[in-house]
Amino acid sequence: MPVNYYIFLSAALFCIGIMGVLTRRNAIVIFMCVELMLNAVNLLLVAFSKMHHLRALATDAQTTVGTDAQLFVFFIMVVAAAEVSVGLAIIVMMYRNIHSVDVNFLNRLKH
Amino acid sequence: MMKLIYWVPLLPLLGFLVNGMGRRKLSKSAVSLIGCGTVLVSFLISILIFLEVKAPGFQAHPFELFPFIRAGNLNISFSFLVDQLSVLFLLIITGVGTLIHIYSTAYMKEEEGPHYARYFAYLNLFVFSMLLLVLGSNYVVMFMGWEGVGLCSYLLIGYWFKNGEYNDAAKKAFIMNRIGDLGFLLAIFWMIGQYGSVNFSDVFSRAPETSLTVVTGITLLLFIGATGKSAQIPLYTWLPDAMAGPTPVSALIHAATMVTAGIYMIARSNILFTLAPLSQHVVAVVGLVTALFAATIALKQNDIKKVLAYSTVSQLGYMFLGLGVGAYTGAVFHVMTHAFFKALLFLGAGSVIHAMHHEQDIRNMGGLRRYLPVTHLTFLIGCLAIAGIPPFSGFFSKDEILAAALVKSPLYYVFGVIGALMTAFYMFRLYALTFRGKFRGTHDQEHHLKESPSAMTVPLIVLAILAAVSGFLGVPEIFAPDAHWLHHFLSPIFEDSMQIAGPSMEMGHGTELALMFGVVAAIALVIVWAWRTYSRYEKSDAAETGLGKVLQDKWYVDEIYDAVVSRPLKSLSIFLDDVVERSGIDGIVNGVGRVVQYGSRQFRLLQSGQVGSYILIMVIATVLFFILQLFWKF
Amino acid sequence: MGTTEVIFWFLTAVAVFSALMMVFSKNPVHSVLWLILVFFTISGHYLLMNAQFLFIVNLIVYAGAIMVLFLFVIMLMNMEGDSEPRKNQWMTLAGIISGGTLMLVLVAALKDTGTQRQLVQMKEGQIGLIHHLGMVLFKDYVVPFEISSVLFLSAMVGAVIIGKK
Repeated sequence: MPVNYYIFLSAALFCIGIMGVLTRRNAIVIFMCVELMLNAVNLLLVAFSKMHHLRALATDAQTTVGTDAQLFVFFIMVVAAAEVSVGLAIIVMMYRNIHSVDVNFLNRLKH
Repeated sequence: MMKLIYWVPLLPLLGFLVNGMGRRKLSKSAVSLIGCGTVLVSFLISILIFLEVKAPGFQAHPFELFPFIRAGNLNISFSFLVDQLSVLFLLIITGVGTLIHIYSTAYMKEEEGPHYARYFAYLNLFVFSMLLLVLGSNYVVMFMGWEGVGLCSYLLIGYWFKNGEYNDAAKKAFIMNRIGDLGFLLAIFWMIGQYGSVNFSDVFSRAPETSLTVVTGITLLLFIGATGKSAQIPLYTWLPDAMAGPTPVSALIHAATMVTAGIYMIARSNILFTLAPLSQHVVAVVGLVTALFAATIALKQNDIKKVLAYSTVSQLGYMFLGLGVGAYTGAVFHVMTHAFFKALLFLGAGSVIHAMHHEQDIRNMGGLRRYLPVTHLTFLIGCLAIAGIPPFSGFFSKDEILAAALVKSPLYYVFGVIGALMTAFYMFRLYALTFRGKFRGTHDQEHHLKESPSAMTVPLIVLAILAAVSGFLGVPEIFAPDAHWLHHFLSPIFEDSMQIAGPSMEMGHGTELALMFGVVAAIALVIVWAWRTYSRYEKSDAAETGLGKVLQDKWYVDEIYDAVVSRPLKSLSIFLDDVVERSGIDGIVNGVGRVVQYGSRQFRLLQSGQVGSYILIMVIATVLFFILQLFWKF
Repeated sequence: MGTTEVIFWFLTAVAVFSALMMVFSKNPVHSVLWLILVFFTISGHYLLMNAQFLFIVNLIVYAGAIMVLFLFVIMLMNMEGDSEPRKNQWMTLAGIISGGTLMLVLVAALKDTGTQRQLVQMKEGQIGLIHHLGMVLFKDYVVPFEISSVLFLSAMVGAVIIGKK
């Protein structure tokens, strides 16, 4: 499978995530779109990992090239999980304070 | 003995520091002691050094104190050069300087303590700078002294700084000097560019290899510097105004020493000037024109110090004439004799002014010989010396310059003699108006007239003796072969120039003698005429008319400078201030501010506080960066 | 077109479609469900590339734990149904256009790069197996791994503190 298929798939998912971030105003949905973007990147990392592995196999049958990328994906998931727990806590608190999760109410930055 | 050379300039510097810093604490007598003592010790050391230089087998070589500027290949050291020329100037500066310091203790007695100390501090600083100027072994050290004397001149002219006119005179002197200094500075830069060195020895040894244009350019720039410092046309106008300073200052700075700095500089650079005949002609013509021009003005001045000031300008013109015609020894000789008799005349004038309670107009004087016998006698000797009556010193030095001028061109000689006649006339007009006839001042002044204290008369007597006899240091060939001591003494300095210039045409002794007697007779006639005319002078209110008025108003040179230089400059600055500054530069500055203000007011709308809009902008910016990075073909 | 291609295109189509649905559905609960479907398809891609470890981790961590957390929060807030009154259509339009432009730019930039002919190893390969990754993780990456546990701890503490106020 050519790698540019994966590239375009990831780009499509990433851009859909961006569109979501830009168009939606519900903080939780925005957060989910961010997760979608993160996953798009993960997918591309794995695809590249396998691509490099295939190239390396041509010269060395025992090669382990590409392992690092998959471990990076693993760490990204770890960080994402931590991020989600904190982010959701923040959203809950926001809801508790202003009884809404609409980011348009969050215009304190102006002041 | 030579090791003591450092102390010669160092002592006046110490005196300056002590007097300057302790001016509120030190008593007047302590200040006088320090001020006079340091210069006196310098003078004594100078005598010792002079004896060593005079001894046979003396070889001049520079003493390096410390490396001063090092940049790339350029290596300028702070070093002194002791040779016949500089040691002669050392003696003049410290000798005349000592006498004037002593004189000042009496003349400035009425000043308050701190101001009295300030005066002596400035005077010492001046002596230090002047010594630096003549001792430097390269043009940069010379230039430092050159600037130092300019500064001291400014400070001392504006010594009575509460008087606005005096301040203007000080500023005028400083600015006129700056114009000349620029020429000197450019000459130094050119030398660095051309020879890679500013040491006298390097420049002089490399000069013959460079093209005539370069040497002419450098020497003309040097001469511009000299016209500023030595008050030649066109930069002479500051010197008469500089009489605003205390009279001893006029004697020291504006007659005996500082104004001869230009002569010293050209005499020091004699090889360069000999290599550039065009520059020599320029120097000679400017000197001669200045000598005549200033002499005509001096004919009609009524301020005792102004007459002397214009006479100084005129005499400096003679020295430049001497330099221009290649009579370097004669010029230096005239510097020396002039230092004696002009200092004497100024100090005598100071004594008169002191006795007359700061009255300077000679029309209000007269008959002072009865009240001021010592001043009268010494002043008369000074007048005789400057007029060129043998055997007084001025005769010998002026005669030497005129003889050299005659060899170069009879035209120089004729105009030189005319100038000498005018010199005799205005000096004896001054003398007769001041000391002869009957007293024309108020009764109150007459009542208080008395001879000055000995601190003032003793320097007068010493200077009078020097003015009378110093001419015998340079007795011309025709009177006694090989009697010209100064010529022999200075020959190591000028021998290279003499070789380059080649043997000069000698005129017959008979002709020389005949001309000499003719000139002296003419001068004597002029003196008698002036004496008789002005001894019977009666004060009248009739204003001068015609040429007399033009001369009295100094040929309107100040007015011309004002109209040609000052006013256009001033209107240009007003234009720049009103138009360029206010609407141009201010407009740009304010415009930038206004644009920023307006822009920020518009940009502020972008800061909606909505996170969504921020992200949108971020995405758009990212897209733009991608487009720029990936598709923009640089 | 072999089985691999069929599965690939199927998963891709479902992923893009569900992502779009996730973004455009009005009910947040539906969005969550569509996103879970996207994660499932991405996990399917991992499996197709024989990255078995990531396949299972993605399912457990993302589709399982994280999305359940999202669902949980949404339900806690009791905001089923449309909670966003459509106010600013221009902003929406601008967002769609700029997202689409970014897509265009990325595709245009990447379509001619040198990597486009490179193939991706499918269905086989040892590096994605749990055995291999476990060995590397606990040998070479043991320090980052332990540090990530500290990260978790701090995230937990942060979440508790923020939630307690």
